[in-house]
Amino acid sequence: MESRSRSFYVLATFFALFLLFLYGPTITIAILSFQGPQGGLTFPMNGVSLYWFFDLFEEQAVGDIWGAFRRSFGLGLMVMVTTVVVSVAAGLAFRKKFPGAGILFYLAITSLVIPSILISLGVGLIFQQLGLKIHWATSGFGSQLTWTLPFGLLIMFAVFNRFDKSFEEAARDQGATAWQTIRFVILPIIAPSLLGVALFGFTLSYDEFARTLMTAGSYNTLPLEIFGMTTNVTTPVIYALGTLTTLFSFLIIGVFILTVFFMQKRRSRAGSDAGKGV
Amino acid sequence: MTRSFTAWLQAAPLAIVLVGFLVAPIIMIVIVSFWGATEWSIYPAFQFDNYAYLFSSEVTYRVFFATFKYAFITWAFTLSIGFTVAYFLAFHVRTQAMQIALFLLCTIPFWTSNIIRMISWIPFLGRNGIANQTLISWGIIDEPLEWLLYSDFSVILAFVHLYTLFMVVPIFNTMMRIDKSLIEAAYDNGASAMQTLWHVIVPLTKPGIMIGTIFVVTLVMGDFITVRFMSGSQKANVGRLISNDIGLLQYPSASATAVVLLCTVLIVIAVLLRFVNIRKEL
Repeated sequence: MESRSRSFYVLATFFALFLLFLYGPTITIAILSFQGPQGGLTFPMNGVSLYWFFDLFEEQAVGDIWGAFRRSFGLGLMVMVTTVVVSVAAGLAFRKKFPGAGILFYLAITSLVIPSILISLGVGLIFQQLGLKIHWATSGFGSQLTWTLPFGLLIMFAVFNRFDKSFEEAARDQGATAWQTIRFVILPIIAPSLLGVALFGFTLSYDEFARTLMTAGSYNTLPLEIFGMTTNVTTPVIYALGTLTTLFSFLIIGVFILTVFFMQKRRSRAGSDAGKGV
Repeated sequence: MTRSFTAWLQAAPLAIVLVGFLVAPIIMIVIVSFWGATEWSIYPAFQFDNYAYLFSSEVTYRVFFATFKYAFITWAFTLSIGFTVAYFLAFHVRTQAMQIALFLLCTIPFWTSNIIRMISWIPFLGRNGIANQTLISWGIIDEPLEWLLYSDFSVILAFVHLYTLFMVVPIFNTMMRIDKSLIEAAYDNGASAMQTLWHVIVPLTKPGIMIGTIFVVTLVMGDFITVRFMSGSQKANVGRLISNDIGLLQYPSASATAVVLLCTVLIVIAVLLRFVNIRKEL
């Protein structure tokens, strides 16, 4: 192996600085959330304690964050399942040519790049004018889908662009119906990517702010609750909350990544059963 | 016939969601942009007052200018940082396992809360924050810098922090598909590292750059929360103009501004899309 050039070290340093830039602030507030009871929003540390974490659990100290967390979690699961199902179905559809495919594709792209406040405003107006109740599980749910579905769809494009069609043809040659081909051949092969779609669906919903702002109604989701706190909470309790939600996100991401990892591993261990008969 | 029927059935859920929560809201906004408003209610009408007011106000032009300014500066920074990071990952990291691990490290923040990531800049940039404390202890400055937080600087810093990975991912994706033999060929023909980068890698990476550009530019142009939070409500962009009107229940006026913003964004994207075929690049 040839030795590393000087540009490697320059670029590696740049990359390390970039990571520091990405993670530094998050690590800082994680440290600051352990401030002592008299501690402020910045260094120096005024003692070390779990005071602000306990403060979070006091009901009246901050708003209804546990209720908000439950709602965000539930909504995240709803959005996740819907995103996976709808994206896979649409991904399958786009493999065939159908009239309107182009329009639908551009709609999905528009959905991704449209300023979020338009979704918030428009959905809010429609519900208002139709006399429907604005609620996180109806208007909020739909608005978040406009953000997660395009990501799901783009991932499905990436997946199917790399999909070896001979698997399907083999299944069909063996007499599998269209549904059997999807259920027993396509879905198992793309399963790890589906976990990726699920991860996008859940986390994008869990952290979504702009499209939920006017569409969540009287019960806030967690990001809305946190944003409300920024205007009237001036203690490290907000760092404690930030640290906990970030840890929760990391946990979710970790679970997904590990699952995919073990799936791949099991698959490569199981290998092919070609030639072993039925 | 049955084939395209199945396809229709499979695409229907997506179509229904997009019609209900994307097309209908846009149509609604266009309709309401012609309505009238009193201080507490809005009423159906067909008048151009909202647009007339919007285009006659000097604030509009200033705010649109600020929006383009944020978009352009953020774009320049995210592109140069994103390209460098992707280039390092794609061409200087040797094993694929390491590439995947480092790539994941870059993308993980994308799955965490933007609001928290904005909040986490406060201890850095505040008047008594880490940056000021450090600079003072080094003797570089005597007084704390006031422009670190609640300024254009902090707004752009937050944008770059939040959105650089939207550049890294598509650029890395295109770079990984560059045939390595093309680069060897360039070296064999006597090209320097810089020449190879500029005449071989950059042109081949253009689609990724364009996709990243579309993401960053539209996210920044449509933003209202980063500007509000990071500028302490002292700076404005178009998104904030809209959200202020919403706060005052002036929905028709908010809608008119939203229509103009949407048209602006779509024109920008239409121009950018001329350079790239998205579906081919996935």
